[in-house]
Amino acid sequence: MNEFFGNIEPGLALLVHALIPLTIILVFALVAIWGERKIAGFIQDRLGPYRVGGWHGWAQSIADLLKLLQKEDIVPRDASRFLFKFAPFMMFAASYAAFAVIPFSSAYIGSMINIGVFYLLAVTSILTLSVIMAGWASNNKWSLLGGMRSAAQMVSYEVPTIATVLTVIVVSGSLNLMTVTEMQSGNDTLGFLPNWLIFQNPFLIIAFIIFFISILAESHRVPFDLPESESELVAGYQTEYSGMRWAMFMLAEYADMLLLSLLGATLFFGGWNSPFGEFMAGPLWGYFWFMAKGLILVFVMMWIRWTLPRYRVDQLMHICWSVLIPASFINLILVALWEVIF
Amino acid sequence: MVNVLKDGWLTFKSIFIGMGVTIRHFFSPSVTELYPEEKVELPKGARAQLFVNIDDCIGCNLCARACPVNCIDIETVQATSDVDLGKTSTGNPKRFWLTRFNIDMAKCMYCDLCVQPCPTDCIYMVPDYEYSEYDRNNLVFHFSDLTPDKVAEVKDKAEKEAEEKQRQKEEMIRKKEEEKRKKEQEEQKETSADKIEENTKDEGSEKDSSDTKEGDA
Repeated sequence: MNEFFGNIEPGLALLVHALIPLTIILVFALVAIWGERKIAGFIQDRLGPYRVGGWHGWAQSIADLLKLLQKEDIVPRDASRFLFKFAPFMMFAASYAAFAVIPFSSAYIGSMINIGVFYLLAVTSILTLSVIMAGWASNNKWSLLGGMRSAAQMVSYEVPTIATVLTVIVVSGSLNLMTVTEMQSGNDTLGFLPNWLIFQNPFLIIAFIIFFISILAESHRVPFDLPESESELVAGYQTEYSGMRWAMFMLAEYADMLLLSLLGATLFFGGWNSPFGEFMAGPLWGYFWFMAKGLILVFVMMWIRWTLPRYRVDQLMHICWSVLIPASFINLILVALWEVIF
Repeated sequence: MVNVLKDGWLTFKSIFIGMGVTIRHFFSPSVTELYPEEKVELPKGARAQLFVNIDDCIGCNLCARACPVNCIDIETVQATSDVDLGKTSTGNPKRFWLTRFNIDMAKCMYCDLCVQPCPTDCIYMVPDYEYSEYDRNNLVFHFSDLTPDKVAEVKDKAEKEAEEKQRQKEEMIRKKEEEKRKKEQEEQKETSADKIEENTKDEGSEKDSSDTKEGDA
């Protein structure tokens, strides 16, 4: 399956395969939570966290984590105990499991299955379930409202996400993300541009815009953060959670954000391919380029968060069902036609 | 259809304008003051901690009387005649030892009313606002520069002088009274002959006044 771990024991290899995405998620969550606060600060002409750890408060997330570890694990008296305690882990498991099919570099992919994208979309839909679980088990009106909104939102926005992913599959002809990425290597679109899918077909640009809007909604980012809208629902489905269980939600949320950004980078921006063709290419450079592309998308998500206000519930549904879904399906047909003609 | 496209165009246009604004602010320098390291200079006349230049204080008590919350506590002792306390920088002679000049900043309401009446401008507010304490009693600021020994000595001296003065005064009064008595005695000797007549006259006039009072009632 890959060259790095060819000669070690299967059990150990499994552990290593499981730990690599986990490490990436954990480090990303720590950096991204700090980064999001810094970005928020800079956009609002503040400085953001500044004290912990020296340079620009880089250890702020670690300090927050240590604080959360010491907090009491509170379960409300009238909550459904098992579901309440189980929901955060299930949510994290859903986003974590999806990392198995993400090709981090040309030499590493968790699982080389042929139905990669399909598996990813299927597994991430468990997120909806865990959010409803958390919202219902809390036995709290805010949580329930948040959970219900989340269910409606995620189920709805899965349709345009899948439709736009489908346009990429139409072009690439494979569900395996590694194959999709390999297909995009090389630098001869119009003579100089990399062979990334976004440059290959004008309709894929529209597909990417729809995809990006949908993943904003899928990962509960502003302007679609209705499940946890602070100003109206306290914290939505997280209202009753505290300490490490809340931290699990936070982690899952950031993992989901990274996952969808990396999916976008794989599908439209050539995954681990270097933008300079053979220059700065290779397994480690591939990992660097892949994460860089993903993090740029994450940055844009954060940038949008501090720019736009939140949509209303009916506006959210309107955008999805009467704008994005028709647009994505028409776009799918147009992309298919383009592929047939050229 | 045209309207849909127009709306879509407007939507994206406004979103990108907004994102342009935020990214410009992202790169513009922050306005945050890193407080303990960088301090903003307070504007002139800012009301902060009270300070007393005790060398200029003449112990007139005007500030304590002006204070609406009674946070200034002054005790003065009159200087004895053998010491000269000198003059303030404004030229006023100092006549009192300031044995106690306490300001309770926990009570102070920063009204600035004590600053105005001071004749020598020795009480004023300084731009120092970092004097938090864990114990409220530590917020009482002592401005008197006299040591307890000195205070005791000064009080003792002043008391003695006051006693001395009192004694002198009493002596003087006694002397005066004696002189008066002597004078009176001399006068009595001179006028002893027509003294009895005067006494009877006085009694008569008193009787008249009491009669008129009864008649009124």
